Amino acid sequence: MRTIFFILRKEFKQIFRNPMMVKLIVALPIVQLIVLANAATMDLKNINLAIVDNDLSTISRQLVSKFEGSPFFTITYRDFSEKNAQESVALNQSDAILIIPTNFQKDLLKENTAKLQFSVNAINGMSAGIINYYMQSIIIDFNKKIIPEWKAPTSDMKKIKNISITYAHWFNKELIFNIFMVPGILAVLVTIMGMFLPGLNLVREKEIGTIEQINVTPIKKYQFILGKLLPFILIAFFELSLGLLVGVPLFNVPVIGSYFVLYSVAGIYLLAILGIGLLLSTFANTQQQLMFLSYFVLIIFILMSGIFTPTESMPKWGQMINYINPIYYFMKSLRMILLKGSGFSDILPQIYALSIYAVLSISLAVSRYKKTI
Amino acid sequence: MVKVENLTKTYDKGSIKALKNINLSVEKGELFGLIGPDGAGKTSLFRILTSLLIPDSGTAQIMNYDCVKDYKEIRKITGYMPGKFSLYQDLSVEENLTFFASVFGTSVEENYYLIKDIYTQIEPFKKRLAGKLSGGMKQKLALSCALIHKPEILILDEPTTGVDAVSRKEFWDMLKKLKKEGITILVSTPYMDEASLCDRIALIQNGEILSVNEPQNIINQFNRKLFAIRASNMYQLMQDLKRFENLNTVFLFGQFVHFTSNNREILESDIYSFLELNNHSDIFIQEIEPTIEDCFMEFAKVENSFEKH
Repeated sequence: MRTIFFILRKEFKQIFRNPMMVKLIVALPIVQLIVLANAATMDLKNINLAIVDNDLSTISRQLVSKFEGSPFFTITYRDFSEKNAQESVALNQSDAILIIPTNFQKDLLKENTAKLQFSVNAINGMSAGIINYYMQSIIIDFNKKIIPEWKAPTSDMKKIKNISITYAHWFNKELIFNIFMVPGILAVLVTIMGMFLPGLNLVREKEIGTIEQINVTPIKKYQFILGKLLPFILIAFFELSLGLLVGVPLFNVPVIGSYFVLYSVAGIYLLAILGIGLLLSTFANTQQQLMFLSYFVLIIFILMSGIFTPTESMPKWGQMINYINPIYYFMKSLRMILLKGSGFSDILPQIYALSIYAVLSISLAVSRYKKTI
Repeated sequence: MVKVENLTKTYDKGSIKALKNINLSVEKGELFGLIGPDGAGKTSLFRILTSLLIPDSGTAQIMNYDCVKDYKEIRKITGYMPGKFSLYQDLSVEENLTFFASVFGTSVEENYYLIKDIYTQIEPFKKRLAGKLSGGMKQKLALSCALIHKPEILILDEPTTGVDAVSRKEFWDMLKKLKKEGITILVSTPYMDEASLCDRIALIQNGEILSVNEPQNIINQFNRKLFAIRASNMYQLMQDLKRFENLNTVFLFGQFVHFTSNNREILESDIYSFLELNNHSDIFIQEIEPTIEDCFMEFAKVENSFEKH
C-alpha cells in the first residue's frame, strides 16, 4: 500500500509540473462545451427561401405570407423566373425554392386540388430533410385552414371528422439540440482524458527509458498500473464536474437524474476506457505510435457512439460494432440519466457491459505489461 | 557471487546473436570490468543479470538466485545503472533519490552513509530538476539512486560514457570506495584505459568472451614484440605495413601505428629497412609495452581497426 502512495505522489508531481497539462485540463472542457455545443447544432433557425409566384392570387399571397410569418424562413428572393431562382440557389443566396404555378387558385377552387413545387438545396442532406419537413408542415397547416374558408359549408362538410395528431417531444420539449449535445460532449471529454493521458504517460516512460530503472525495482505490475490509473481517474472526474458546472447552467440542461448514479456510471466507464488506453500503450513503443493507434480506435468509437446521429438508424452491422463500443454505452447512460432521470435499474444493461469492459481491459493491460524488455 | 553458464541470447528470431555461449564468474567483493566495443553484448548480458531480459538458453545466477526464476530476489539485491540516464528528468535530485529509496522500502537516511561521499557533491543542487544537471552530476545521482537500497551487487552499464575526464576519474575513485564497503561491482566500459582500474576484466567482442583475467596478467600474456611506428605519410604507412611479410596486427593508435608480427624475433631495423624501401620519410620506430587495448586487438585479431576515442 505504501508503495502505491509513493508512486501516486511521484505521478501527481510530474503531472502538475507540466505547465501545458494544467492549462489543458482547465481549458479543454470549457472550450469543447462552448464551441461544440453551439457550433455542432442541427437546429435550422434561418432558411433562405426564394419564391416564384406566377399566380399572384389571393390564396397564393396568403400562402407566401404564411412563410413570411414563420420564424424559420426569410424570403430572400422573389421573381417570376424559375431560372433566376435556381441561380440564387447556385449562388448560395437561397436554400430552397417554392414555385406557385399560374392558375393555382383557380385549380384549387375548381378542381379541389392544386400543385406546388419545392426545390431544396441538398448539399447537406440532413438540413435539406429538415427544410423539407418545415415547408411541408406549413403547407399542411395552410391546407387545413383554406378548406373551410373558401369552400361553401355543405352538410357533408360537417360530417367530416378531422383526425388531428398532436405530439409532445418528451425529455427535450423544444427539441433543443444543445441539450442533446452537452451530455455527448461530456462523454467525449471524459473519453479523451481517460484514453490518451495514462497511455501516453506510460509510453513516455518507455520512450525516455525511465521504465528500465523502474523495472529493476521491486514495484509490482499492478502497483505500477494503478499508479498510472488513479491520477487520471481523478483528473477525469474533475473534468466531468467542471463540464457539468459550466455546461448545465450555460445551456439550461435539465439534470433530472441523480448525480450519484451519474458519477457511479462514470467511474465504471473510466476504468474501462483507461484500461483500453493502457492496453493500447502496451502495443506502442513511442508516443507517436500510440497517438495514431488511439486516434484510429477513438474516432471510430466516437462517431459510432451516437454523439451526432441516432444509433438506431445505423445499418445493422454498424449497430453490431456498437456492442463492443464502450462510448456508446456511456453516451446512452449519460443522456438517460441527465435528460430522462434514469436510475440504476434503467441502465443495468449499460452498467453490465461497461463493468465487463473494465475488468477485461485492465486485466489484459496488467498481464501484457511486462517488466522485461 | 555471479555465475553465468552457457548463456545465449539472440534477437530478431535468432538472426542477431548478441551473446554466444558465455561463461563467466565474479567473486564477492570484486570490481569486475567488462571491456569491449559498442555492440559487443555488454548491455545484453547486464540486462539478463538484472532480470530485464530473458536468455534463450543457459543460466545466470547472482548469489545463487536464478535471474529468470528468482527475479523478485534479484531485484532486491542488485543496484542497476542503465547506460542511458533513466531517472525522472522532471523530478528534482532529492525527489528522485527519495522515490527510489521508498519503492525499495527504505529511506534515504537509513543508507545515507553509503552514498554520503557521492551525494554531498550534488547536494547543493538537490532542488534542481534531474534533467537540468550536467553529465557528470547525472552519473553521480544515478549512482546514488542505484545504491540507496544497499544492494549486494552494483551493475553499471557504461557509467563513464559521455562523461569528462575529471568526472571519470572521480567516478572510478568512488567505485574503489564502494568496493571497500564490500559491494561487488560489475562495470562495463568501452574505454580500454579504464580496464587497469578493475580487479579482473573480461574482454568481450561480438557476443564472445575473448579472455578473463587480471589486467596485468592479460598484458603479461601478450607474448609478442609491439612497435609504435610513425612516418610522415601515415595513411601510406598503414597501407604498406599491411603488405609486410609475417604481419600479425596493425592498427592506428593515437598518432602512432601499433604493429606486431608473427615473427617473434623481429627487430626494429627489419621494419625500418622495409619502410625505407617503400620510400617513407621521418620514420620513427620504438618497441613499447602493450596496453589492454593492444591485448584486445591481439585477441580480437582485428586488422586495421580505426579506433575511436
